[in-house]
Amino acid sequence: MSQSLLSDLAVALASGAVRVIDLTNTLSPDFPVIVLPAEFGQCAPFRMEKLSRYDDNGPAWYWNNISMNEHSGTHFDAPAHWVTGKDLPSNTVDAIPAQDFMAPVVVIDISAEAAADADFVLTRTFLETWERENGRIPPRHWIALRTDWYKRVGTPEYLNLLEDGAHSPGPDAGAVEFMVHERNCIGLAVETVGTDAGQASTFTPPLPAHSILHGNGRFGLQCLTNLDKLPTFGALIVACPLKIEGGSGSPLRVVALVGETNA
Amino acid sequence: MTNPLTPPKRKDPLLRTHVGHVSPNLRSRAATAMAARAGQGRFVLQVCHDCRRATYPPRDRCPVCWGELDWQDQPRGAVIEAETTVRSSVDLFFRDHLPWRIGSARLDAGPMAIVHLHGDVKQGDRVRMELKLDRGGNPALFALPEKETSHMADDPQLRLFTADPKVRRILVTDGREATGQAVASALLDAGATTVFLGNADPLMRYPGQDRIEAIDGIEPVALNLTDTGSIEKLAAQLGGRVDIVVNTARFTRSGGVGFGGKLSDLQSSLDLEVTGLMRLAQAFAPALSARSDDGVNAAAAFVDVASIHGLTGNAGFAGSSAAAAARLALVASLRGEMAQTGIRVMSVLTGPVDDRWHQSVPPPKVTPTQIARAVVTALQSGQETICADDVAQDVMARWQADPALTIREENK
Repeated sequence: MSQSLLSDLAVALASGAVRVIDLTNTLSPDFPVIVLPAEFGQCAPFRMEKLSRYDDNGPAWYWNNISMNEHSGTHFDAPAHWVTGKDLPSNTVDAIPAQDFMAPVVVIDISAEAAADADFVLTRTFLETWERENGRIPPRHWIALRTDWYKRVGTPEYLNLLEDGAHSPGPDAGAVEFMVHERNCIGLAVETVGTDAGQASTFTPPLPAHSILHGNGRFGLQCLTNLDKLPTFGALIVACPLKIEGGSGSPLRVVALVGETNA
Repeated sequence: MTNPLTPPKRKDPLLRTHVGHVSPNLRSRAATAMAARAGQGRFVLQVCHDCRRATYPPRDRCPVCWGELDWQDQPRGAVIEAETTVRSSVDLFFRDHLPWRIGSARLDAGPMAIVHLHGDVKQGDRVRMELKLDRGGNPALFALPEKETSHMADDPQLRLFTADPKVRRILVTDGREATGQAVASALLDAGATTVFLGNADPLMRYPGQDRIEAIDGIEPVALNLTDTGSIEKLAAQLGGRVDIVVNTARFTRSGGVGFGGKLSDLQSSLDLEVTGLMRLAQAFAPALSARSDDGVNAAAAFVDVASIHGLTGNAGFAGSSAAAAARLALVASLRGEMAQTGIRVMSVLTGPVDDRWHQSVPPPKVTPTQIARAVVTALQSGQETICADDVAQDVMARWQADPALTIREENK
């Protein structure tokens, strides 16, 4: 490897030739979390209790105690999150090789389809058509679904939870099989609250993204923002989950490096 | 008749808010025992073991024969033998509420007592006596007309012994559940000006939302008792406009301690019901206390609706009962703190609620409407502790008679 590779990157970062795009939603008590049927354990939202703020509990310092589920806010899903991935090696956030935390991303824009139909289902056919128009999805990439769903954060239409369940776009089993087995993706990155479609519990198999991705040691990134600011090819995602012992996932700061020529 | 209450004019912003004082609270243990019973809505006097005479005011021994005294429920009738109007007082509370009418009442139970008089009561009248708590939590006898008179509850003297919802603005914490919705409607029906109805998750619809939020007088507010920031924000916005707080939030899940209970359920219930109660109190108690004598819509009460099984524990609902127990303990302490400032702290106790979390519990179960009725009754009467339904009343009666036995019975 050229000695100059990293120093070139450093120069590019300093000059702005490589820009860093924040793909992370702000972690706040108001940020929605996935809602399960009420008899199941619920995903705890982000909470913050002030410990001290230059007051009698700590006169010169400000800090908070925070709590949340591993899958609150912009977060990373490890293979152990799903039953299909329970026996895989290195399937928890502390055991995943750090090398996997930086990977290129291909962005598939389904924002028009999602705007037209909140229940838009991404299929293998759609991906094959997309590849003919845009080029083949390279191996070991994050596959990011740009839905512009992040623009709905702060409104009921983000979770879009109606009486017959949530309504948000996502892939079917054929699309996930294709991404995993034929394009060897590192994982699926989405703006919605889960990698699966809102109605995916009614799909066969149920929740195909969780089931197939994690069953094959792939990752999920959820609740991302700003995927519309990324090029189709060429950006690099940095996504380092917290090193939680045996953790099934983690809130995290996700950024993308975007080169000038990509812009 | 009493002049009907009209909503107050807006306050003059140049005037200092009137500071609420309470009556002297240095009382004997016997008087404190009377207060405890008054808080339960009972009309009691001490009766001598030996000579069987009832006595008043509270004492340690019978003034006639030196026998031991026992608290017993007594008939509520009396005749006003004399009346007078106090026009001057050095007491900080009463000097702000003069003139003040008191009288001598010959109680049907026997003793003569100095009592507070309703405006429609005069010398020679037969009256209905009530044992009330004053703003400082001390027992006081109050003479009401024997028969209902028009706008009777609006009597200015009586209103200082109650926390009547009429013309008050009330925060109900959990509008997402049927209980909170029923309480909100009942408070408006009882004359509340506004009910600020809490919604823990404003981005998520809830059953009954369209109906309840369309009612005139309901103002939906974002309030999540598990989120300190949300409570602080609401208190900062509305603290000075809330006269009564009614906390109806619950997190009930079935399960035991060693078997079948989920730790995550226990955590959720402790966070919402216990820490949430403390968050709510810390955010709203100062503003309530600062306005406890602020005219006809002075801040008046903090009401907490909890499970009766906080007293005993409950097989099958161990975690929820533990949360209720902690809640009762916090409420007891808060009551002592707020008594210094003239705000009443009330407990509405319920049996199992007829909701989706008690599907496996056989009837009788308490309905949201019954809970709402109990909240309104407690506020209108100034009662500290009230049981909303038959199950709660039954557990309370058994617990008062024999706590250890009732604890065993409820945990079989």
